[in-house]
Amino acid sequence: MTQLDPSSPANPEGHTPPKGGVSFYQAARGWKSWVFTLDHKRIGIMYLASVLVAFLLGGIFALLVRLELLTPGKTIMSAETYNRMFTLHGAVMVFLVIIPSIPASLGNFILPLQLGAKDVAFPRLNLLSYYLYVIGAVFAIYSMITGAVDTGWTFYTPYSALTPNSVISMTLAVFILGFSSIFTGINFIVTIHALRAPGLTFYRLPLFVWALYATALMQVLATPVLGITLLLLIAERVLKVGIFDPAMGGDPVLFQHFFWFYSHPAVYIMIVPGFGVISELIATFCKKPIFGYRAVALSSIGIAIISFLVWGHHMFTSGQSVVASMIFSFLTFLVAIPTAIKAFNWVATMYKGSIWLATPMLYALAFLWVFTIGGLTGLFLSTTATDVHLHDTYFVVAHFHYVMMGGTIFAFFGGLHYWWPKITGRMYNETLGKWSWVVTFIGFNMTFFVQFIMGAKGMPRRYYNYLPEFGPYHSFSTVGSWILGLGFFLTAYCLLSAIWKGKKAGDNPWGGTTLEWHTSSPPPLENFLTEPRVSGGPYDRT
Amino acid sequence: MTMPSADGTIFLPPQASTVAVEVDTIFYFIYYLCLLFFLLLGGSALYFLLKYRRREGGPEPVPISHNTALELAWSIIPLILLVIMFAWGVKAFLNLSVAPRDAMEIHAYARRWLWEFEYPDGNKSIGELRVPLGRPVKIILLSQGDPGGNVIHSLFIPAFRVKADALPNRYNTLWFQATRLGEFQIFCTEYCGAGHSDMLAKVVVMEPDGFKKWLDGLNRPPEGMPLAKVGEELFTKFACVTCHKNRADNAAVIGPSLIGAFGRTEGLADGSSVVIDENYLRESILQPAAKVVKGYQPVMPPFQGTLKDWQVTALIEYIKTLKQ
Repeated sequence: MTQLDPSSPANPEGHTPPKGGVSFYQAARGWKSWVFTLDHKRIGIMYLASVLVAFLLGGIFALLVRLELLTPGKTIMSAETYNRMFTLHGAVMVFLVIIPSIPASLGNFILPLQLGAKDVAFPRLNLLSYYLYVIGAVFAIYSMITGAVDTGWTFYTPYSALTPNSVISMTLAVFILGFSSIFTGINFIVTIHALRAPGLTFYRLPLFVWALYATALMQVLATPVLGITLLLLIAERVLKVGIFDPAMGGDPVLFQHFFWFYSHPAVYIMIVPGFGVISELIATFCKKPIFGYRAVALSSIGIAIISFLVWGHHMFTSGQSVVASMIFSFLTFLVAIPTAIKAFNWVATMYKGSIWLATPMLYALAFLWVFTIGGLTGLFLSTTATDVHLHDTYFVVAHFHYVMMGGTIFAFFGGLHYWWPKITGRMYNETLGKWSWVVTFIGFNMTFFVQFIMGAKGMPRRYYNYLPEFGPYHSFSTVGSWILGLGFFLTAYCLLSAIWKGKKAGDNPWGGTTLEWHTSSPPPLENFLTEPRVSGGPYDRT
Repeated sequence: MTMPSADGTIFLPPQASTVAVEVDTIFYFIYYLCLLFFLLLGGSALYFLLKYRRREGGPEPVPISHNTALELAWSIIPLILLVIMFAWGVKAFLNLSVAPRDAMEIHAYARRWLWEFEYPDGNKSIGELRVPLGRPVKIILLSQGDPGGNVIHSLFIPAFRVKADALPNRYNTLWFQATRLGEFQIFCTEYCGAGHSDMLAKVVVMEPDGFKKWLDGLNRPPEGMPLAKVGEELFTKFACVTCHKNRADNAAVIGPSLIGAFGRTEGLADGSSVVIDENYLRESILQPAAKVVKGYQPVMPPFQGTLKDWQVTALIEYIKTLKQ
């Protein structure tokens, strides 16, 4: 492992830095040591716990939505309740789970370690960002208790300006969560620029860092637009301003432009960190540097830039000009290129590798298969003529679940298993981890693959009731959701039980090469007992 | 293996319009490219996984930093395929966006939660759109007449492969030329609230002569049919069933149940009460917001100007027959 400079004082034996320091858990104790902590590792863990609780909540909403769709008409709830359920599922999963999942939890914990830094650049801002997340979540829960929203997570006007439900508290929640996201982004950008260890040039950065960097750029540049849009929506409801509501002279389609100007980059805010995790997993478990490292690193930046120019592909049927639709279609196709480059490079990395099929690698493989389906089905939607037919059907629902869940969540799970020994110092049960993966993988594909078929056949999304011809697909999908739920339950048990029952993991159980594996598990308070120096690429082994 | 077909495929519904054939051909072009790339990527991953699985005493991995030619190949070949996809898609998109000049124009009005269609002669139909076979039809969409405020809807006819949003403040259009006789489903595909998934309608494609006759027939009630029976058909056709319970097996709850309603004394939202008679029913159909029953939202759209007098009378006669 030539990552560390053998002549560096951090590396007296030529291999690993000195150990024996107390871990950050032992460095301070008591509830205050968590609530007021400035340690990126503790903040990362608090994020992780919060995100997983939100994931449970959003998952329960999802299971209720699917259960209602087991039969046409009423199965367990009214149409009004169903509309709230799918809205809450979407809003919780997007804003409380997927956006913060990888960057704010794993990123917070791992990024400074991979940079050889003691912490992020602004530890206080980091804690503020966490508490903004909590306040945002409280607003969201307040909205749920006071009647909840039934607008869909997209809050389209004029419906959202007219519906009598708790739209304001939910939009405020999202507004506040946006600031949490912006602050994390700023923090990561500065940290990556300013706190790299000596010798750690940009092209020696692990690909997870590159991905977090691209993500942070998008968070900082796109999220303010969402904030402004939601403030305008609140102004519309409270002050009757008339920006979006045609009854007051506004234009509802303007809202869609504003909303997707943020929310399309947001899709990449959700998936690009997943790309970063997958690169780490494939490098470690194939015991090889990533093939085409520079192309993979720069393609993250490429995706970030193009992501700002494609929002109109959500609006091919909205009456926007045909020329605009053509331009947005073309730019959307351009995103496919850097994405394809990544996929090809990952597969090429496996060639002549030494592939260790541990649970994290299984998630990386699941990601490769499932995300490829998610990405390729995007081609049907970026092609204008076929999108007209498929828009707002279950085909779109299936597509983004293959990307967001099959992509981001599988990458998140892969990353969790991979870094779990680093975070907790304990190893999970590998057999249980593999079985949980099998159940999750089967459940996921059962739930969502049939949705491509029924969507292409014309089944619209956000439907409480459906025609009998769609019955078999819906029932199959619902049964799949139960298996998927079981998979998640097993995964949660596998990871949590490791904390109490797991064997001590050791500092580098996977043979990883990046800097986080050169310190103890769990790491000491300031990560490294002596400052690491770097003299080679992130995945070099000779 | 599956190919585009007029009768529908495992993925696609039957084709019933002129544009459907090209849209489906593009769909399958993309489908087979996707399948190819999925097998290439997923298959290679699986193959490498089996071949290079880590074993005791197995070979050490060979670090390969990059291969410029290979990387250019898998950037440029997909790029060329994507440009073809884009251009072909745009060609078909222009075709399905721009209606021929001689198209028959029909206005479609969307409101929560029904579709109303207005034909060139001023006649209207609700819940069904009738069109002649083989003639281009341009639908001019608007969301209007909703007492709770107009929201966005979207008209989707899967068999024709067309869809367009109905906006409250601006016209949007779609067009098609039907190639098959029969009934085809219309969905609302922009989320619009509690009745969104029941905001359905049918397109009925007719022989041109039959279409003309049907349009003319809208001017008077069908002959030799009891008025209450006519009303029963209209009750479904005009989507009254979406919100009002008229039979034991109808679970609608958005509006008051009409079973045993006639002659009943009903409490109103303003605290007064009213006996349900012919005049109250007539007023409640034409101007529903005038006297709203207690406990219900004033969400029913007014039918003033939409229904003909004989249709209102037929509906009232039908409601009178709904006994406990």
